[in-house]
Amino acid sequence: MKPVPRYLQHSPPVDAVGITERVARFKTRSIKAATKVSGLKLALSMLDLTTLEGKDSPGKVRQLCRKAITPDPADPSLPHVGAVCVYPTMVATAHKALKGSGVHLASVATSFPSGLGTLAARLEEIRYAVGEGADEIDMVISRGRFLAGEFNYVFDEIAACKEACGTAHLKVILETGELHTYDNVRRASDLAMEAGADFIKTSTGKMAPAATPEVTLVMLQAIQDYHERTGRMIGMKPAGGIRDAKTALSYLVMVREVLGPDWLNPDWFRFGASTLANDILMQLAKQRTGHYASPDYFSND
Amino acid sequence: MAAKKKNKKATVAPSPADNRDFRTGELYAPAPEARDHATIEARYDLFIGGKFVPAENGKVFATVNPATEETLSEVAAAGAADVDRAVAAARKAFPAWSRLKAAERGKYLFRLARLLQERAREFAVIESLDGGKPIRESRDIDIPLAAAHFFYYAGWADKLAYAFPGRNVAPLGVAAQIIPWNFPLLMAAWKIAPALACGNTVVLKPAETTPLTALKLAELIADADLPPGVVNILTGNGSTGDALVRHPDIDKVAFTGSTAVGKRIQKALAARGTPHTLELGGKAAHIIFDDAPIDQAVEGIVNGIFFNQGHVCCAGSRLLVQEGVAGTIIRKLKRRMETLIVGDPLDKNTDIGAINSRAQLERIRELVDSGVREGASLHQSAQPLPAKGYWFAPTIFTDTAQSQRIVQEEIFGPVLTISTFRTPDEAVDKANNTPYGLSGGVWTDKGARIFGATRALRAGVVWANTFNRFDPASPFGGYKESGLGREGGLQGLAPYLHLLP
Repeated sequence: MKPVPRYLQHSPPVDAVGITERVARFKTRSIKAATKVSGLKLALSMLDLTTLEGKDSPGKVRQLCRKAITPDPADPSLPHVGAVCVYPTMVATAHKALKGSGVHLASVATSFPSGLGTLAARLEEIRYAVGEGADEIDMVISRGRFLAGEFNYVFDEIAACKEACGTAHLKVILETGELHTYDNVRRASDLAMEAGADFIKTSTGKMAPAATPEVTLVMLQAIQDYHERTGRMIGMKPAGGIRDAKTALSYLVMVREVLGPDWLNPDWFRFGASTLANDILMQLAKQRTGHYASPDYFSND
Repeated sequence: MAAKKKNKKATVAPSPADNRDFRTGELYAPAPEARDHATIEARYDLFIGGKFVPAENGKVFATVNPATEETLSEVAAAGAADVDRAVAAARKAFPAWSRLKAAERGKYLFRLARLLQERAREFAVIESLDGGKPIRESRDIDIPLAAAHFFYYAGWADKLAYAFPGRNVAPLGVAAQIIPWNFPLLMAAWKIAPALACGNTVVLKPAETTPLTALKLAELIADADLPPGVVNILTGNGSTGDALVRHPDIDKVAFTGSTAVGKRIQKALAARGTPHTLELGGKAAHIIFDDAPIDQAVEGIVNGIFFNQGHVCCAGSRLLVQEGVAGTIIRKLKRRMETLIVGDPLDKNTDIGAINSRAQLERIRELVDSGVREGASLHQSAQPLPAKGYWFAPTIFTDTAQSQRIVQEEIFGPVLTISTFRTPDEAVDKANNTPYGLSGGVWTDKGARIFGATRALRAGVVWANTFNRFDPASPFGGYKESGLGREGGLQGLAPYLHLLP
């Protein structure tokens, strides 16, 4: 079959009822025993441990980096997390703390979380963060422009950000909570991938709803179609609102059954979360020892 | 009790030998539903006049677990004498039951619904053991829907005058009800609930291969203190059903099953004028237009044909895809089929369970062979099938023609035929080009196209942008060889009532 010409292609419609039903079915998967343990370790290795607060300080960031490198000193067999995610002015501190650990360093940039700075300032912020040592940039799109139908503007801003990243990976935050419909999420995903995103990401974590399994499913399906069309793999990062191990596992089930095992590694899937880590550690300790430990046995960073 | 609780909460610890890794995509570790709270007796008798009694001729038959071919229990085989006894018990119970205050009849039904909910887990396990359907479906669909039917019709019991304004209503009498093996408990609920709500008494014959949940329901009926004889349950084979339908003292026949048997019943009743409803076979067209939400449509196709191993009279077994998206749909469908887990019905991750019986498996094989012989292209999921038991891999046929048997006949298995169309008119023509007319489905993003297509489809139920969704408030039934009358909803009351001026 001949491919449809580019000017006739458009994002397929998304049926909300169908998405809800499919997600409900993913949630009925019961992950036990060896599958559960390997899934939890995988989830841990996919974490972007995040601190994005006005009160962030170098001390706080250093603590988080230690946690990222050694999540649980009681079990040295556990992997380190995928990355630490901080504001641009904290990148230098984190860079020093993470040196040689293999943990990636992500920075939000582009007037996070609203994106309402001037384009020049937003691009400069990327260059600054990369210069300080970030190898992953989490940008936000201009949701107002997107909702106003200015898709070309959003496309161009993503392309410009990608260029400013240089060799750093670009994660494009759609802030799906502000896009409201699955059709918008699908369209924004397609647009971001075409414009050069390495990862697409649901949310800033600064508003509710943040990541939901439904929105994640829509984005995974967009990634699958894009891969089929172009052969290029795009990563996925749900962020915000994923707090427990069971929920994380159900996201991984979704990745496994929609995109397949190729995406089941931290190069292609990340969780943006902070409290999730300790629940995963607690569940892993439970699998190892047969009982739940008090939260006091896991470090709060 | 303590042991039970412990069992439920116990962690399934990884065994040292089990090194399966989430990342590789190999099967998930087993997650079996516990069976210890489901009791199946070694032997079940008939339920007549509120008591469990053996068949008069002492005959029994075995009911097997289709996933393992092991015998689960022995069940009494009702003969003509037992049919006589059961109809007599129902007749005897009728005057008091039909004159009982309607709100009181409703109370009994509410009680049954609640009891069923309380013991839902046990019923789900037994339904999956006896019939082969995955626990995910028996737990999430069959049993909750069965309870919902009792709740729904319980509510109608004292409101019949409002259901038919300006008419007086009266129950028919003794209803003979024969149900199939694909949704054993749900079909029992579809039949019993409206009949009792309207003041009839019932003799129910469950299917030969799946009698157990109906017999468990008999236990609930006894627990609920329903007056003796209001519901009688006779297990047996086709000859039991035949004797029941031909019994001179029945006032109504309700049958769900194959079109062939439906025709025999209609013939048997032709000379008597006994009212009857028949819910028979189907070969539903599932139409995908090129503006459909593609990924959700693929999921709808999967739910349409692989739900309950395709043992569904309203299954979306004939897929009609607009040519422009056919390649995409088929590619995505094949991918999705590889993620469907076929296996142990009691495993919570199983998507597709066992074929209900050896006979049905042979029928599916015979029809699939004919499809290959007649030139259609076969594709099956590569997922492994268990060695023991009755299994059939999810199957699709492309390059099909309207003239092939697989396109015309009801396969009643996980087998989908796919053809293409170019225009909406062609889709509707092909969809209606069948002797059946039970259900249909339409996928499109255009509201107007949904209404255009659904008006033109000659089918009793048409789903738009979904498939195989059921609700007690929605009437269900067919056109043409798919049957007569409607079950469910307000419309499902009328076949159990005389509507008087």
